[in-house]
Amino acid sequence: MLDISHISKTFNPGTVNEKKAITDLSLHLAPGDFATIIGSNGAGKSTLFNAICGDFLTDSGSIVVNSQDVTFMPSYKRSKHIGRLFQDPMRGSAPGMTIEENLVLAAGHGGWFSHMSAKDKMAFRDQLAQLDMGLEDRMKQPVGLLSGGQRQALTLLMATMNPPWLLLLDEHTAALDPATAEKVLDITKSVVAEHSITTLMVTHNMSQALELGNRTLMMDNGNIVLDVSGEERAHMTVNDLLERFKQGSGKALDNDRMLLS
Amino acid sequence: MSFVELQTVIELGLICSLTVLALFLSYSMLGVCDLSTDGCFTLGATVGAVIAVAGHPVLSIPAAMLAGVCSGFVTAVLQTKMGINSLLAGIIVNTGLYSVNIAIMSGSARVNLNKTGTVFTMVKGLLAGTPLEGWHVTVVAGVAVVLTVALLTLFLNTRLGLAIRATGNNPDMVRSSSINPTFTTIVGLCVANALTGLSGCLMAQSQQSTEINIGSGMVTIALASLLIGGTLLGRGGIFLRAVGMVLGAFLFRLVYAVALRLDMPAFMLKLVSSVIVALALALPYLKSQWPVISRRLSYKKALAVKEGK
Repeated sequence: MLDISHISKTFNPGTVNEKKAITDLSLHLAPGDFATIIGSNGAGKSTLFNAICGDFLTDSGSIVVNSQDVTFMPSYKRSKHIGRLFQDPMRGSAPGMTIEENLVLAAGHGGWFSHMSAKDKMAFRDQLAQLDMGLEDRMKQPVGLLSGGQRQALTLLMATMNPPWLLLLDEHTAALDPATAEKVLDITKSVVAEHSITTLMVTHNMSQALELGNRTLMMDNGNIVLDVSGEERAHMTVNDLLERFKQGSGKALDNDRMLLS
Repeated sequence: MSFVELQTVIELGLICSLTVLALFLSYSMLGVCDLSTDGCFTLGATVGAVIAVAGHPVLSIPAAMLAGVCSGFVTAVLQTKMGINSLLAGIIVNTGLYSVNIAIMSGSARVNLNKTGTVFTMVKGLLAGTPLEGWHVTVVAGVAVVLTVALLTLFLNTRLGLAIRATGNNPDMVRSSSINPTFTTIVGLCVANALTGLSGCLMAQSQQSTEINIGSGMVTIALASLLIGGTLLGRGGIFLRAVGMVLGAFLFRLVYAVALRLDMPAFMLKLVSSVIVALALALPYLKSQWPVISRRLSYKKALAVKEGK
């Protein structure tokens, strides 16, 4: 589903601020794969996501999503098939517009001059009800009035209402309180399972990285240093993971927000 | 206030409210402060005047709007495709339009419409003998405003209109909805400038003359009306907010007319509008700073009392 081959990205090349963010990274995800990503600060996790989404053009290499070469495709076109959630719950929705107005834009069907139909509203109502947050009764309220967790759940709904080929989750529960984070994570799991969406998820929770999905990737210094799945992953503990990281990168894992629980 | 003065307030309020509605679209919805408004208003006035002089008063209206679309398109392309800051793009276009406007008026800085048939004179003839006699400017401008408010409300609730509003609200979200924010910005500015052009066209024809400075300061005057309208009917649906814009334009003209009666010279109009805009934009900031200021003052006061002991 996702084929990244030998991509590199250097920011500010030739200056004192030169930063090799991604160095010759390759990654293949099979359809339905759910991979978690962990890594040190500045390992290039978010940069990898930005590259996949097309926020910048990589210096070399190619990115193919579902046999479609997107290397030079602008980000707004890629977003048709790539859904993304950020850590900041405010980034995914327009605060000054109502819940239903946000949803109708995300739904993306109908011509430029089409109006929201009663049928659309019914469908949105059902989908919102599934979030179990009472949002179905607040469809005419501006999104800016929602809490962070509600906004993140709404963003998740918006990103998956037309099931994308690829879903990128960049620590999307990190800014939420534990109870809400768990709820958003549960919704994530059920949505991903329902449509078997190929998913990449950055997390700083080590045990989550092993529990969720079917693959765990570790990043360091702009590359993937560890890729475990299957039987090996099933028997792995957090300590094993740390040990393997040390072997792979030659240093201890350093992330100031890493949770070892 | 005399009857004639009130009539002038209504007429000018209606005609200028079209520019306020244009800024409502570009400034409040799209989040772009379009500084080409002055030049575009003059462009609408000159194009409308020249075509009316050529004997096509009805054609002058779509022509002025089309000229506005072109101007808006250039401003939008400069800021979206050429990477020019949106304020600067407006100023650049505004400067360029000065020459364009003089060229349209065949090198002169004035066009006189005293003996020219305009949309207003056409309606004036129709209304002769009816109770509305003498209200031709109000009728024509009123129809234009009602149509504009209705169409703008419809437009802003279409998918394209929603995308334009979202562009000013959160461009990231527009992109992730597979909509190109460059496209929505271009469409938004074209539509907004069409309204500015229409406003200028009606202004020139109602005054029966136009000159190169007819639009100068228009952006500030319209912003003042917009901010007044926003405080009147700022919350609620698009329709109510659009109506608020028209009311804002009226109220601004009313305040100005009252000030004129209190012997304020006419040339003060622009200073008054500047002060209103500056105050309206600064107030939210000053309000947010007030707790800090009051805390500091009370702290100093307490300190002074202590030292006084």
